[in-house]
Amino acid sequence: MSSSTPLAIDVRDVRRVYKAKPAPIIALDGIDLEVASGESFGLLGPNGAGKTTLIKILTTLLLPTSGSAHVFGFDVERQTSQLRRIMNIVSGGEQSGYGLLQVREQLWMFSQFYGLAVREGWRRVDELIDLVGLSEQRQQKVSSLSTGQRQKLNFARGLLNDPWIFFLDEPTLGLDVSAARTVRELVRDWRLAVPGRTILLTSHYMAEVEELCDRLAIVDRGRILAIGSPAELKRRVQRESVFELELDRLDRGAAALSGLPGVISAVTTASADGDAGIDRQTVMVKLSLADDAALGGVVSSLAGLGAHIVSLRKAEPSLEDVFVELVGRGFQEEGSTTNGAGPDAPADARRATVSEPLDDR
Amino acid sequence: MSERSAAPPSPFVSRPTASPADAARWSPRRILITNLRTISGRAYPRVIGMMREPSWLFFEILLPFLTTSAFVFVYRALQAPPEYIGFVVLGGAMTAFWLNVMWLMAAQLYWEKDQGNLELYFTAPMSMMSILLGMAIGGLLMSCFRAAVVLIVGTVLYGVVFSVDQWLLLLLVFLLTLTALYGLGMVLATLFLLWGREAWHLTQLLQEPVYFVSGLNFPVARLGVLGAAAISTIPLAVGLDAMRQLAFAGSVHTDGFLSPEVEALILVVMAVTFVAIARFLLQVIERLARREGRLTMRGS
Repeated sequence: MSSSTPLAIDVRDVRRVYKAKPAPIIALDGIDLEVASGESFGLLGPNGAGKTTLIKILTTLLLPTSGSAHVFGFDVERQTSQLRRIMNIVSGGEQSGYGLLQVREQLWMFSQFYGLAVREGWRRVDELIDLVGLSEQRQQKVSSLSTGQRQKLNFARGLLNDPWIFFLDEPTLGLDVSAARTVRELVRDWRLAVPGRTILLTSHYMAEVEELCDRLAIVDRGRILAIGSPAELKRRVQRESVFELELDRLDRGAAALSGLPGVISAVTTASADGDAGIDRQTVMVKLSLADDAALGGVVSSLAGLGAHIVSLRKAEPSLEDVFVELVGRGFQEEGSTTNGAGPDAPADARRATVSEPLDDR
Repeated sequence: MSERSAAPPSPFVSRPTASPADAARWSPRRILITNLRTISGRAYPRVIGMMREPSWLFFEILLPFLTTSAFVFVYRALQAPPEYIGFVVLGGAMTAFWLNVMWLMAAQLYWEKDQGNLELYFTAPMSMMSILLGMAIGGLLMSCFRAAVVLIVGTVLYGVVFSVDQWLLLLLVFLLTLTALYGLGMVLATLFLLWGREAWHLTQLLQEPVYFVSGLNFPVARLGVLGAAAISTIPLAVGLDAMRQLAFAGSVHTDGFLSPEVEALILVVMAVTFVAIARFLLQVIERLARREGRLTMRGS
């Protein structure tokens, strides 16, 4: 490693192909990725996109078929010992450990795998139990924990060795709304408490990635389709400024606004009570403008039309819009394209074709 | 590893390090200590489980003791020399270790995989050998208790009289037997993971023949060539043969196959060989896991 801080993640042209019949499965197809130290980075994509395969390569559980990957300068193929000292991983739905152990005992056992001294281990375990909010379950057997409590326990386990890079693989998978929120809060709290540490989060929950990540990559069929901050990615699909106007009236209809300078289109969408049309209490108009500056002219003109603004909101595309723009289909449509053993379905297809893959849980 | 002397900035961090490179730089001493702690950490659930779920007292002590008692009554009915009662009690005690190795120890990695622990073990910085050793030591402690109960109760109940001239050698042979036996257990654990149910079935198939040729209830020398084969491959057979000679010194019925000293050497070779094989197989497992994305030989 050089003396300057290297990239937290440096992936170059990584391919991962699984042997399978009748045809090999291409889980990763030439991935390039750079994540800076201290960054919270998300991999967003549907099931089978290759997110988990990439995380397994970075956590030394899998070898790339070709290409290279480094984590903080450590080669994931050859410098596994060093890398394992500075990282940790928590996966969604994780059922690790031993049900007969108490929460405190289970964490202590894992603390020993990272070389914490006996007393230091117990102290650290108690601190983390308090931090993740499992104080009341301290003496409870692991087998009796709820799914949400179990994930808090996993999160505490992941922090036992003060990781410099924390891999979170679908960390809120299968959790209810409240438990998922708690886990996200823990991730945020950890980031705030230890600036400089890096997170790689995989998820197919867009809001989660948007909430927790500085930047993200949209992944599909083993390829990265786009990388950027959530705002940057949204801007890619937002070629015009879109505003939603709620007016008290608009007697001449949206056509009255269409001819104004800078207005690309003006469409009446629905009244505030949900009915389409203009003869209602309020009128909703969707305005597409060449740029934000054109809004001033529109607002000035409304007075001349006898209309008053009730509300004004700038409409932003969602990450799903970005995904649809890039992939040509939505997340929910993934099922129709991931069945079978095609390269777009590594996870599912692996289960069907490869005996006991490592990532089967 | 260079560490800041200042107090930790947050309860989220217990050992602040200046950089990832610092955190990754471990001294050989720290690596050794981590592996030793891993051994005790992994042994912990076994020991705790023993205390927390006492039902094993019934299944692993009382029931097997009935088998030992049956042999005692058979020998008494046949008016066998009194040393034979001692052979049975000694064999009954050692059965505890054999059962533990063959079933619990051998299946352990397979279970770990099913529970999702194996991936976490692979991503932790210790050697997988330490995990296996921890499993072995945990199981060994548990079995020691059972063996002690069988030995003490059997001795008192059936009036066994031991005659030991070389206590130290007896202790050494006992420890070497356990080391070789649990070395074999580590090999079986990796084989079970590699071959899954096929290995399980093979163990089931071999259980009774191994019992027979191990000479748990009689001097293995009586088996002739078969006994020689057992002595060269099964740690339990060698260990029992040596312990029997040492625990009933001077008896004309012990019929040792080889001298206890030679058998102790055989046990050393077995222990080293089994541990080396287990280490090699663990490397095979990790290579398979990383290269092929799977942990078993099946599907290759």
